[in-house]
Amino acid sequence: MYLYDEIDQRLVDERVAQYRDQTRRFLAGKLSEDEFRALRLRNGLYIQKHAPMLRVAIPYGLLASRQLRMLAHIAGTYDRGYGHFSTRQNIQFNWPKLEDVPEILAELATVQMHAIQTSGNSVRNITTDHFAGVARDEIVDSFVWCEVIRQWSTFNPEFSYLPRKFKIAVNGALADRAATQVHDIGLHAVRDANGEVGFRVLVGGGLGRTPIIGHVIREFLPWRHLLTYLDAILRVYNRHGRRDNIHKARIKILMKERGPEKFREEVEAEWRHLKDGPATLISEEITRIDARFTRPSYARLPATDAGLEAALAADRAFANWHRRNVDPHKVPGYAAVTLSLKKTGVAPGDVTAEQMDRIADLADRYSFEELRVSHEQNLILADVRLSDLRALWREARSLGLATPNIGLLTNIICCPGGDFCSLANAVSIPVAEAIQRRFDDLDYLHDIGELDLNISGCMNACGHHHVGHIGILGVDKNGEEWYQIEIGGNQGTTPFPLLGKEGVPQSGGGGAALGKVIGPSFARDDVPDVIERLIECYLTHRDSEHERFIDVVRRIGIEPFKEYVYGNADQRASHRRRQLAAA
Amino acid sequence: MATLIKERRIVADNWRLLEPDATEAPAAGDVIVPLALWQAQRAQLLTRAGRLGVRLEPSEDPAAIADDVGLFGVVAVNFPKFGDGRGYSTARLLRERYGYKGELRAIGDVLRDHLSFMAGCGFDAFALRDDQDPQDALAAFDDFTEAYQASVERPLPLFRRRALASPDGMEWS
Repeated sequence: MYLYDEIDQRLVDERVAQYRDQTRRFLAGKLSEDEFRALRLRNGLYIQKHAPMLRVAIPYGLLASRQLRMLAHIAGTYDRGYGHFSTRQNIQFNWPKLEDVPEILAELATVQMHAIQTSGNSVRNITTDHFAGVARDEIVDSFVWCEVIRQWSTFNPEFSYLPRKFKIAVNGALADRAATQVHDIGLHAVRDANGEVGFRVLVGGGLGRTPIIGHVIREFLPWRHLLTYLDAILRVYNRHGRRDNIHKARIKILMKERGPEKFREEVEAEWRHLKDGPATLISEEITRIDARFTRPSYARLPATDAGLEAALAADRAFANWHRRNVDPHKVPGYAAVTLSLKKTGVAPGDVTAEQMDRIADLADRYSFEELRVSHEQNLILADVRLSDLRALWREARSLGLATPNIGLLTNIICCPGGDFCSLANAVSIPVAEAIQRRFDDLDYLHDIGELDLNISGCMNACGHHHVGHIGILGVDKNGEEWYQIEIGGNQGTTPFPLLGKEGVPQSGGGGAALGKVIGPSFARDDVPDVIERLIECYLTHRDSEHERFIDVVRRIGIEPFKEYVYGNADQRASHRRRQLAAA
Repeated sequence: MATLIKERRIVADNWRLLEPDATEAPAAGDVIVPLALWQAQRAQLLTRAGRLGVRLEPSEDPAAIADDVGLFGVVAVNFPKFGDGRGYSTARLLRERYGYKGELRAIGDVLRDHLSFMAGCGFDAFALRDDQDPQDALAAFDDFTEAYQASVERPLPLFRRRALASPDGMEWS
């Protein structure tokens, strides 16, 4: 956990005072709706369908148990007793009162938290790999670099009114677990031949209504130049990004209109002026930030645990959970545990205040008082002893947080959708729930294997539907909710062959890919049927259980799936009748 | 007439600001002309009585006056809407790349809550929008007492100033 120093704390406290005064002026009629809008947004406050929505920053997804307790307190005191973890590793409260927000921010500041730049046309929360610092394939600890960038981006005077929001993701491992190819800027840590750390710089990726995979504009940027290079990219964007049309204002459009090569030249030309200037990083600063992170004091443990092995052999339910929700750790004797927030019947990413308190207890007892939020909207206890796994599993199960579905179809990424969001064309949470109910049989779910299913309620794509193996998009047709289905998307794992958990090569890891629409949209009630048809088609075609859904789509293309879904209407009807009969 | 804050004080403003489409400058008096007029009538403007300033719109490249910055008493950067942040980059370029040392004035939709960002980018004069409370605006400069980044106000980023203050000294680049 990064611990604030006096200046970090002072800036957050000053922000609370500033925002308190802005709210006061707004309520007193001294600030127009429009002017206050820009100010409240860069403090995470939206006015939504039912009430304001407050988005609190969880920088790079790293959270201390005392902070989670504060979030529980806020959910219980100012909201309706729950919060929603978002795909940007933040948390959202859906029912706070506008006039309470200054007080909420003051309470957050007491645990080194804030809502700075969680919305608005500014640099947003920096996201990263939820296994940073513990992954076996680590190149650098990306948290340190995320904090360097967080400080650079916080209240950056030049880049506070960009053409549009700006999202940066950092990946510090071989595998890309931070979806860097679909960010405005993606940074991959790499080492050169001398072992010096640098970054591969990708620009112009993004989802939304124009999904684009980012372009590499620099293969190796030595770490000292990180901030001057970011300054150069942001300056080119701030000056030349489109401001005439909100839908064309992201950096990906500038990049597309200029062409990647021309864009790269402009950035490099700007950088020549900034390179080696005062914003050039120094090793003292990296050391200083690194030292402000608390680190777990790991015990020296054997790499295996006999008790765990015995429990895995004896208890199938535990073994299922272990297989899906436990990941290897770089320190012998430890593992990273994912608490699933994707239980059927609960909106994906939602947690109650009581659960938050109990999860904080689990973090205290089992994982050095820390946890992480993943962009897949789950919580991670990253440093659990192998010998504690069974006890932790039992407790997590009693809290409803041990659904063994990580990486599987029911681990759905889902935006709040039409139930909450004023932008949405259609609901998404009820669709997720209907699919989860359809695939409630665990054996079947595990047999289907790894599959990312993502749902967005509109083309703004907060649910990352373009990069789901199956992506579902809510669309509006004459005031009715319809759902378009894509297959073949991928959030991108790695350009390198990597061994999976059981030593099996993760076939077709590959980079990020965007899904293709399979055909005309469906009514809401038909969506679970369509998903089931896609799965049946996959199971018919896969050559072994190691060939995942996405691998089959890549191998045979989308046509066979299309035919299977649309081809035979009679078959579909009879299938539905069979199901009704069985129900 | 808009209140002018300069170097954190409310001051009288003797400059006449021309509109972006103005095609001629008055014969005398201090005047701020649009870039196009400066480019079209450079010689005439330099011989008229009174001081001269130029105004830049968000889309206008400050490189266009890079060689002339010593000739102006004011460079005014327009913010037609407060949400259009191009003027922030324009200001930094004028100060840091083109070496402009004179009055750098924010004009247009200049609101209390953006003054500290503007000051960070090198503005030292602010023609407040008419409805802004000048006393309230003066307080805005103290909203934040520190900043992380290198800026015109603080040429060294916080991390270098920290390193300077530390007993081990610091390493450059």
